[in-house]
Amino acid sequence: MTILIDRTRERAPTTGPVSVAERQREKARPKGLYKARTPIYPKLVHGPWRWLKWALLIVMLAIYYITPWIRWDRPGALPDQAVLVDFAGGRFYFFMIQLWPQEVYFITGLLVMAALALFLVTALFGRLWCGYACPQTVWTDLYIHIERLFEGDRNARMRLDAAPLSFDKLWRKVGKHLVWIGIAFGTGGAWIFYFHDAPDLIRTFWVGTAPMTAYVSCAILTFTTYVFAGHMREQVCTYMCPWPRIQGAMLDDQSFQVTYRYDRGEPRGPHKKTETWTGRGDCVDCSQCVVACPMGIDIRKGAQLECINCGLCIDACDEIMDRVERPRGLIAYDTDAAVAARCEGRKPQHRLIRPRTLYYAGALLLVSGLMIQGFRTRETIGVHALRDRNPAYVQLQDGAVRNGYTLKLANHGFETAAVRIRYVGVPGAVLTDPGHPGSGPLVVDLAPNVVTSLRLFVTVPAAAADARAGEAGEDDDDAGQDASFQIISGDDIKVVRTAFDYGSHDR
Amino acid sequence: MSDRERDDHTGIETTGHEWDGIKELDNPLPRWWLWIFYGCIAFAVGYWILMPAWPGLHGYTPGVLKQSARADVVKELKALQIQRGQGEAMLASASLQQIEADPAMQAHALAIGQSVFGDNCASCHGAGGGGAKGYPNLRDDVWLWGGSLEEIEHTLRVGVRSGHADTRMSQMPAFGRDGLLQGAQIADLTEYVVSLSGRPADPAAVARATPLFADNCAACHMPTGVGSREFGAPNLTDREWLNASDRASITSQIQNGRNGVMPTWESRFSPGVIKALAVYIHVNAGGGEPSVAKVETPAP
Repeated sequence: MTILIDRTRERAPTTGPVSVAERQREKARPKGLYKARTPIYPKLVHGPWRWLKWALLIVMLAIYYITPWIRWDRPGALPDQAVLVDFAGGRFYFFMIQLWPQEVYFITGLLVMAALALFLVTALFGRLWCGYACPQTVWTDLYIHIERLFEGDRNARMRLDAAPLSFDKLWRKVGKHLVWIGIAFGTGGAWIFYFHDAPDLIRTFWVGTAPMTAYVSCAILTFTTYVFAGHMREQVCTYMCPWPRIQGAMLDDQSFQVTYRYDRGEPRGPHKKTETWTGRGDCVDCSQCVVACPMGIDIRKGAQLECINCGLCIDACDEIMDRVERPRGLIAYDTDAAVAARCEGRKPQHRLIRPRTLYYAGALLLVSGLMIQGFRTRETIGVHALRDRNPAYVQLQDGAVRNGYTLKLANHGFETAAVRIRYVGVPGAVLTDPGHPGSGPLVVDLAPNVVTSLRLFVTVPAAAADARAGEAGEDDDDAGQDASFQIISGDDIKVVRTAFDYGSHDR
Repeated sequence: MSDRERDDHTGIETTGHEWDGIKELDNPLPRWWLWIFYGCIAFAVGYWILMPAWPGLHGYTPGVLKQSARADVVKELKALQIQRGQGEAMLASASLQQIEADPAMQAHALAIGQSVFGDNCASCHGAGGGGAKGYPNLRDDVWLWGGSLEEIEHTLRVGVRSGHADTRMSQMPAFGRDGLLQGAQIADLTEYVVSLSGRPADPAAVARATPLFADNCAACHMPTGVGSREFGAPNLTDREWLNASDRASITSQIQNGRNGVMPTWESRFSPGVIKALAVYIHVNAGGGEPSVAKVETPAP
């Protein structure tokens, strides 16, 4: 016996049976480019999954709204916001970590890790991200809850939508939309705090002196939140989001997903209290799993693109199973392989360790290791040596040859760093610093968090230059001599390669 | 209009057009397409009203917004001048030493200096200030008229042999062309100048030229040949040559007495810009004067 889950059948409308006349009208109508949205009225369910969703909703929203307000003491004039994307200053602050624009690969690494973690979790337990953590899910869930507060649960909402306009309908609808817009504004408003000092921005935002980008960003996010969570809802997941397609590729028959246990439920049908349960399945065809579904699908048709694995149908079905006194779990987190095994009368076996989960876990470990190594060996002082090209060398009046360099020293740390600079590799070369007259070893204090540009001269006295010209001849003038700057901070010596150009040494 | 034919398969009317047996269905346009089309019409009407649009006999309709790209440029240039004016005023009120010592002011001066140098000085002195034959190198430590900040600024302001009333002035005579010295004397002097910079020269010619040099050249180039900044006279004993160091070039210079000219920049640039330029040249020449070396012996 094979699995009898019919996935090819066309999706039935969820709002009740469709009359023959309606179906014919539908056929005769010219096909548009876009099918009008079929309203979905998810019913409130109670149960462990619903409670988990409430808990995660609060946690996710709290993280989003509170994060920009966490302070983190940083020295000097540096911002004291724990998480801040400082575009103006070209810095990204994340608690004790501070990233410069050229270190954006760390963010890339984080995104790669997030993607791999998503792959792994999906391969193991299905689309948990979609069902519980995705912003679209969280805000839509919140919006549906607001809708319920104003218009009541499923049946009341359907009655209200069908009813003619009245004062009662009007204030409920207006109230709902006002609260929606309020939440949307709060969402857009919180977003901008990630890009600017939050206490300062919240003040300037209201007095109208905040940057225009803050207002525009807030407006865009307000609009998209209101439209996506209030009006488009499951259509965002079905039509706009690429993840359902991508996540579908992570799944196999060993992935835990919200599953209708076909082997137990079929054949389905209404059941009277007095009837026996033998010879039939546990599914009483009450459609509670369908009315509870925020995506408007029937889980009994098997895993589908639209299903976000939120588990609300499990709660809805368990309630019914309790009522008809059958064991819970007709719909549950289970694997296709387990359903197939039970259909064949075998004992289902769950395999969490599979080639695919090993690949994902291995890749995740690899990238995490690279990231940790990257952070461990991250340089606090970055150096670039730019050699003057025009002119490449200058002959001084005593016959000495001088080359000019611009040294760019980036202090990635939070404290002033004293570094010593030496020039090695050219016999007799003397390093001078026209900006800081005086003698002795060249010691520079690097201000934190900025790039210090240093103009340096290296002079080779006439005797050494003449000796070089004698041994090298005239033919390799442009080659220059390999040399390097040594930047010494504490025990750390950084070597930056460069060259010294003697030029055509004539007289 | 005649009755329109209805397509059997879809039940949709055809347009009545037929190409090789293929008939065109008269499907409605997609709604999104129509709305974009209507939107474009509305936009165009609004554009006619707001923006310059219609040509006429005497110009064009200015539109309600009176938008003009030319006026925008004028406005932006004015804003730029005001913005730059603040920086220039800051430079104009500070001393040259203050500008060079203050990192922020120095950075500002270098930015202005680099751009002004590239537009005005680079054609003779080279984009990097390296100079060329007959045009002084501004990156080395040789300064005909002095390499301090003040001297550089002064040279920039008044120029050399320019039309300025206070211009720096000196003149090397054309000893040969004007008949002041004979050809053999010039040949001897050439050997003498070669010997001044420590190179091998004919001792007999040097001996013959010694009184000639004292009589004709020492007034400006000093009896020892080290030159004088008072007259802008080059040092003949060093290894840097404004023109060239070979004998033919030295002979040519004594024969013809060529003198370079540098314009006065006072009339062209504000004092702030001239200061910025002076700081730019001074900083990039390593302070203009030979600086105290910071020596550190590399580790063995």
